[in-house]
This record gives sequence, structure tokens and C-alpha cells, in this order.
Amino acid sequence: MKNLSAKKLRDKIAKGQIKSSDAVEDVFRRIEQIDGNIGAYISTFKEQSLHQAGEIDRKIADDQTVGDLAGLPIAVKDNMCTTFGATTCASKILENFHAPYNATVVQKLIDADAIIIGKTNMDEFAMGSSTETSGVKKTVNPWDTERVPGGSSGGSAAALAARLCCAALGSDTGGSIRQPASFCGVVGLKPTYGRVSRYGLVAFGSSLDQIGPLTYNVEDAAMLMNVIAGHDKKDSTSVTNETAPVPDYLANLQKPIDNLKIAVIPSFLTSAEATLRESINDAVDTYKNLGAEIIEIDMPHIDYAIPAYYLIATAEASSNLARYDGVHYGYRAEKPKDYIEVYSKSREQSFGKEVKRRIMLGTYALSSGYYDAYYLKALKVRNLIRDDFDNAFEKCDCILTPVSPTTAFKIGEKLDEPLTMYLSDIYTIAANLAGIPAVSIPCGFDRNNLPIGLQIQSPPFTEDKLLQIAYMFEKQNDYHEKIPPILN
Amino acid sequence: MNDLEYKVIIGLEIHVQLCTKTKMFCSCQVGFGEQPNSRVCPVCLGMPGSLPVMNKKAVEYAVLVGLALNCKIADFTKWDRKSYYYPDLPKNYQISQYDLPLAENGYIDVPLDDGKTKKIRITRAHLEEDAGKNIHSTGNFSQVDLNRAGTALLEIVTEPDLNNSRQAKTLAIELQKIVRYLVVSEADMQKGHMRFEPNVNLIINKDGKEYKTPIVEIKNLNSFRALERSIDYEIERQLDEFLQTGKVMQMGNKSTRGWDGEKQVTVLQREKEEANDYRYFPDPDLVPVVLKGKWLDDIKGNLCELPLKKQIRYVSKFKLSEYDAGVLTAERSTAELFEKAVQAGAKPKRLCNLITQIGLKLANEAGRCLAELGLNAQHLAQLAVMIEKGEINASAADNIMQQMIKTQKDPTTLANELNLIQKSDEDELDKIVGQSLEENAQAVEDVKSGGKKSKKALGFLIGQVMKKTKGKANPKIVSKILHKKLS
Ligand SMILES: [Zn+2]
Repeated sequence: MKNLSAKKLRDKIAKGQIKSSDAVEDVFRRIEQIDGNIGAYISTFKEQSLHQAGEIDRKIADDQTVGDLAGLPIAVKDNMCTTFGATTCASKILENFHAPYNATVVQKLIDADAIIIGKTNMDEFAMGSSTETSGVKKTVNPWDTERVPGGSSGGSAAALAARLCCAALGSDTGGSIRQPASFCGVVGLKPTYGRVSRYGLVAFGSSLDQIGPLTYNVEDAAMLMNVIAGHDKKDSTSVTNETAPVPDYLANLQKPIDNLKIAVIPSFLTSAEATLRESINDAVDTYKNLGAEIIEIDMPHIDYAIPAYYLIATAEASSNLARYDGVHYGYRAEKPKDYIEVYSKSREQSFGKEVKRRIMLGTYALSSGYYDAYYLKALKVRNLIRDDFDNAFEKCDCILTPVSPTTAFKIGEKLDEPLTMYLSDIYTIAANLAGIPAVSIPCGFDRNNLPIGLQIQSPPFTEDKLLQIAYMFEKQNDYHEKIPPILN
Repeated sequence: MNDLEYKVIIGLEIHVQLCTKTKMFCSCQVGFGEQPNSRVCPVCLGMPGSLPVMNKKAVEYAVLVGLALNCKIADFTKWDRKSYYYPDLPKNYQISQYDLPLAENGYIDVPLDDGKTKKIRITRAHLEEDAGKNIHSTGNFSQVDLNRAGTALLEIVTEPDLNNSRQAKTLAIELQKIVRYLVVSEADMQKGHMRFEPNVNLIINKDGKEYKTPIVEIKNLNSFRALERSIDYEIERQLDEFLQTGKVMQMGNKSTRGWDGEKQVTVLQREKEEANDYRYFPDPDLVPVVLKGKWLDDIKGNLCELPLKKQIRYVSKFKLSEYDAGVLTAERSTAELFEKAVQAGAKPKRLCNLITQIGLKLANEAGRCLAELGLNAQHLAQLAVMIEKGEINASAADNIMQQMIKTQKDPTTLANELNLIQKSDEDELDKIVGQSLEENAQAVEDVKSGGKKSKKALGFLIGQVMKKTKGKANPKIVSKILHKKLS
């Protein structure tokens, strides 16, 4: 069962060939065996999941119609609100926070009869690229347990790679779906900003955050997109279906794109590790062999993406995280002297180092006297980067880049060097700044047998085409079918 | 107290709670007086992951007020986060509007005592969400009620164009009338729908030199009286302070004071204006508002003639006194009823008396406004015409109007049913007067003899005629006949 993709498992469950209960039990057996080592989950819901699976099985046995994800054991990053269990954001300040509502995506999964088996670890408030800033636990990479799974959706990526679920949701503010997907050898899609509702996603950088699927293969990503994409009247920044109709992502998935024009950015390749560069070049060759035209482009403002990103994201975060003050919910320091101390002590005692660093950076960037020089300038850079992409997409259908300059690094290696850590987002953050969709797909392994990811970026609201392009590549190889040694 | 020459400078900040059904950014009902924290949801509680969704109605209401205040309406406006930590502010930022307010650069005409009006410039008007309320209870804790959190507030800021407390109060009252006319706020002072924060200082002329006293902002006044009195108090206080200390306005010495209604004094709250850094930035959870085309036209369609303009028109067009015109235009529905009845043929002055002397008295007794009594404009006009023609007298009109409210019948029918039609037939009255004179020879003598008794005797004779007609004789005609017969 562990070798089945979500789509195949779903088809078998729907036909009654496999019981959802068996699939869920299989997953929990593995969780009990190895998640002690992996640390992918913050919480799991075994009893509830088995109960739901039983219901689905009964419905299928009774020939009742079931949802598009019927019976599938799915994991959700712990920054999406659920009425069951806690929603911690891997932070002490929310360790006991029980949301009174489901995030829209969670509700959509439930409505599609998916089974949410657990909530996955992450960098605290999604601030990090290795899941090491989690205030709850450590998560390791199933391909090498001395290495990080990437982040911030590291728990989702690790759970998937270790076959502890059949698909997962993550959130991506600067690469938080794509980078862990590449580190763990799975597919990760960050949709266009506004394609998927953010309602119920605990905000980090509101103008950058987007929820997306992490899956075994491209087809699974398309299947999940069919469920989670679309307008939500509770999220004003989600795009209306009139402005951008939601296509059936599965419909044309297997149809290759004719006259495909692919752009590469030469300067990007020189900065990546050698084996990684080879894999990317191989991927480019694969597309060339499929008849694609390869062009080289320049993104003149891309060098400013990291500083702009870290100003915008932290500025928004400093404001978004202001509500965690110990007054209304969450952790409250004991014996405060006055209400000011309720704030200062609660926050001091329960936020981790990286979160504090970013709150301070963001607060500074928004302070009067600095606003124009930092935040406003960052917004201008953001517009220039958007223009860069607009110009690029006039010449091509998509842009190929690495996902990350390295493969999974060692635990602790970069934790104390925030700037080096920030640089690991160098290829991914531009898509968040521009709001465009981008997918990470497995494209090889380095000499340590660590997965390498290929990033494909395309114009806004072309996820259907993006997945078609990704599928063309995936069909040519079996990287996505490899299983980490821990499972053998 | 002192004979310094000085000028008072006042600017006003006014918060008006809009009467939208739901809050500014969530679908919670707006209420008053409910159980604490019973009108809340994840959005107005600022729960993790919740997102605001703009209430379109609030924007429409705010635009209406902006138009009524002769403001330039922004065709593009956005939402900003204003950051500060306070327990009644669940997100620790307030969604407001910073550099692109919905409305700017307007003015409001304020009526002065001499019958003229004064233009007070409006700096800006913007929308924001209200905070909750901290409840300080006994014991070492406070409670927070978030029912009010997220309610739509319109903040209106004037230029410092006001020169005394009376003008400030008049502006406030005029604004209350305007927002009620536009039906965008109940503007109920008791419920805190209007809150004022005047900025007050003086320009003092002493020994040929000008001195400006430090600006004082008086916080959170919720009645016209408190507004007027606190300003008056502050003027005196600043004069005294200047005389004692010579303190003048400097960068950063603006202070904040509260109003103690019991002691009738302002109390210092914050000595120096703290360098408050609200770290405004555009709220990424909301999309900008583009106000143009059909939407804006539709909003403009809801604009109406404003109370002061109406009042001035009533004086010039209907020849009413300023006082009467003020009473008639105080509420839009009253004015509308009045105008409809005039159109239906009532003479304005007569109708005005009918409304102000009888209608509003009845409304007052019922604890409602006139329009809520269910008076029909056509019937009201008929009633006025009947008085005009002498068919009924004033006391009968009162009776008839009460019945109109009760039965919805027209006044002619009611007057007949109640037998209240006056006798105006001169021949008939002539006979009755003749009879009365015959029966009261002494009184006739007294009238004829003139002098002190004459007036009283005449009244007695009229009374006799009324008695014979059961009060239905037209007093004008009776009086005319009596004069003719007795002269
Ligand atoms: Zn609410």
C-alpha cells in the first residue's frame, strides 16, 4: 500500500478494492514504528481517523457517492486551524490553542471525505527553512536522519517521504512547501497567491503566504488542487472564480504542451552545488529532447529579492504576531505585575529565538523614520520583480531553476547562522514576491543519495499548465518513486 | 477674572458609530447592552488564522457623510493597520485608514446665534473598527468585553476653525442631525454612538505680544454638554495656567486630559504626547477600495437635502420663523411629512403650527417621532385646510388628530363623526347672537357703556353664544356679528 500514489489509492478505495480503514491502519502502524525517529507529527488523531475511515468504507459498500479524496489519510501542517486537536504553529505560545473553526482548506478536505490523520511539525510560525525552529520537537529527514527535512513545512514533507500519510498540505511564504519537498524527494506546489483560501491559516506574511499540496507525484498534486482551489468569501485576497476560473487540474494533465518554451536563468545555475547543477541541466536536456525550446533570460532585480522578502515578510509578521499577548488565548506568563508584563513576559517566555528576531526586524522596518527606507523600498523592489517575471513570461511558458542551492543540510549546521539560512530561500522567494505559482519536483539524487528538486515557475493562475509541464518531465523518470532507506 | 485679550482655537475629532447591521469586518450583529462577549466571532476576537472581510455598507455610509460634508471622496482608498498594545484591542492593531482616507478637504456649515453660518473646514473622514471595552472590576484583574470590538466607526477631523464652546457644540449637533438625516447612524449619545475629542488652546495677547498656550486634547466626551463644559473649563484653566506659569506651546508639549463630569473639571491623563509610533502599514488581508462608476453614483443617489439647508429654505420659502423651521427640520421624517402636506395643499404656517403645537406634542407623549405616529400627509393637509377655512377650531384639531392616528380616517369624516364642525353660517349665527343679546340685557348695557366692564361682558356674551352652539360656533364670525350689533 505504501507504494501507491494518493490517486491510485483513492481509486482503489472508491472501487472497494482497498478499505480506507486498512489504509489508515497501515499508515498508523508506520507512524507508531518510525515517527518516534522522524518526528513528523505534532499530533495525530488515530481513533477519529479510524472511525471516519469506517464510515467511508460503509458508504462505499452501500454504493453511496463519496468525495474526491474519499478515505485518503492526509496530513495537515500545524498552522491550519482545526476544530479537533490543537493548532500550535509549533510554538509554545499556542501550545494549547484549540481553534473554534476549521480553516477553509481543512473544511474542503473534510467535505471531500479525506481523513485528516494528524498535524505536522514546522518551523515556529513557519519562520525557518529547516523545521529546527520548532518549539515543539525536532523533525529529521527520512533520507538521512542526521539531516533536516527542510522547512518550514518540514513535518509534512518528512511525513510524506516516510509514507506516514498519502498526501499533505503545507504553506509557503518564501519556499516553505517547495524547499522541504525538494529535500525529501516529493512534489510540492505553491499555487498563485489568491488561488487557495488563507482563511484559517495562521498568518506569517499575509501577502506572501499560500497553502499548497505536498504529494508523491504531479497527478496527486492536481487531484488535491481540484479540492482546495477556489474563491472563499472569507478571504478577501482569494481571487473570484470569475476573475480566474478554477480549471479541472486532472483533465489535461497528461497532455504534453506543444511548442513549449522554457527559460533558464544562467546566473542561478552557477551559484548552485555541482551535482545539483548537473541534475538541473539533465532536466533541461530532458525537456529539450521532448521538443521544448530553451531560452536564457535575465532577471535584473532578482538579487534584491532576499532583502526585500525579509523586510516585507518580517514587517507583516511583526504585526500578525502582535495578537499573541497572553490576554485572549495562548500562553500567559505567571504573576505579571501589570498588563504590560502580561504582554512582555508571555511573549518573552514563549516565542523562540528566530521568531523574536523576525518580530524585531519587522518592527524596526515599520517604525517611523525607517518605513520609507525599508518597507516602502522593499515594496518597490517587489514591483520590479513582478515586472521581471511579466517580461520573462512574454518570452516563455515557464522558468526552470533549482529549488535550493544545496540538498538537505545537517541538523544544526545553519541554525546559528540566520543569514546563511535565509540564503537557502534564494530561488524560491521570488515566486512569493511576485505571487506566481511554482512547483518543486524530484529531479535526481546527489552523491549522498539525497533528493534534488527542480523548480518550475509559470504565470499567475496557470497551475494547470504548470502541472502539465511538470508531468511531462515526471513521466520520463522514476525519481519520484524512490523510497528512503529508512523504509527498507 | 482677568482682562487679557485672547482667542480660543478649537479643532474637533468626532467618532460616529455607523448603524450597519453587522460589524466592519465580520458578520457579527452590532448590538448594545447584550451579555459581554456574546456578539463575537473568530474575526473580531482576532483569533489566529481569521481574516477580515470589508462591510460594503459601512463604506457606503461613510461616503455619504463625506459627501454631506462637502469632502473630496477618494477614488482609491485602502486599509492600514495601526499598531498599539491594549487589552481591548484583540489583534493589537486596529484596522484603520492612514494616508488615503475615504474623504478629505470638506467643510460643514455651522449656524451661529446671529443667524449667520460659519464654515468649519473638515480635514478628513475615515473608517475604522472600534475597540472593545475594558471592565475594571474589583480584585486584581480586569475583564474585557469585545461586543463592541470591530464595530464600524467613522472618524471625522475638523481644522481648528472653532472659536468657542458653543460653536463646537453646535457643530456636534449639526453633525448629529446630518448623520441621522442620512440614516447612517442612530447618533444616540446614550449609547456612545458619538464621541468627541476637542483640541483646545488659546492665543493670548499680552503686552502687544502673542502667546500660544500648549494644546490640550480632551478625550472621549460623550455628550454635547460635556463637550461644551469641558471646553469652557479648559479655556479658564489654560488662562490661569498661562498667568501662573507662562507656559507656551512647544514641540511635544501637547497633553491629554479627561473630563470628570462629577467635579466638572478636566484631569490630566498624559503630560507629554508620547512619541506614539503606530507603525502604520497597508493591511495585506484586505484589498484596496476603488470608488467610482455605478457604485459611487448609487451612493450619491442616497444623498438628501441637509437639515441646515432645509431650515434656511423653510425660512425663505415658507416664511417660517427660524425657530419653527429648526423644529420642523430637526428630523428628516418630520420635514418630509411637512413638505408632503404642503404639496397636498396645506398653508405652510398653519401646517407648521399644527405640527409643532399638536403633532410633536402627541409624538412626545407617545415617546416616538412624529413620522412613527402614522399620520397621513394628505389628511394632515386636509386638517390644516379645515382650520384655515374656519371649519374647526384649534381644540377640535387636537382631538381630530388624535383620532386620525388611532383610526386612520380622514379629518372631515372624523369632524363630522365627532360633531366638531364649526357653525359658520352667518344668518344662523345672527339669530343665535340676537337671542343671546335679548337674554342678557345687563351684559349688553355693560358693553355699550364701555370702560372696565365692557371687555369682560363681551367675553361673557361670546361664551353664551358658544354655549348655545355647543362650542361649534366660529368665534371669528360670532365676534364680527356681536361688534356689528353692539356698535
Ligand atoms: Zn465578529
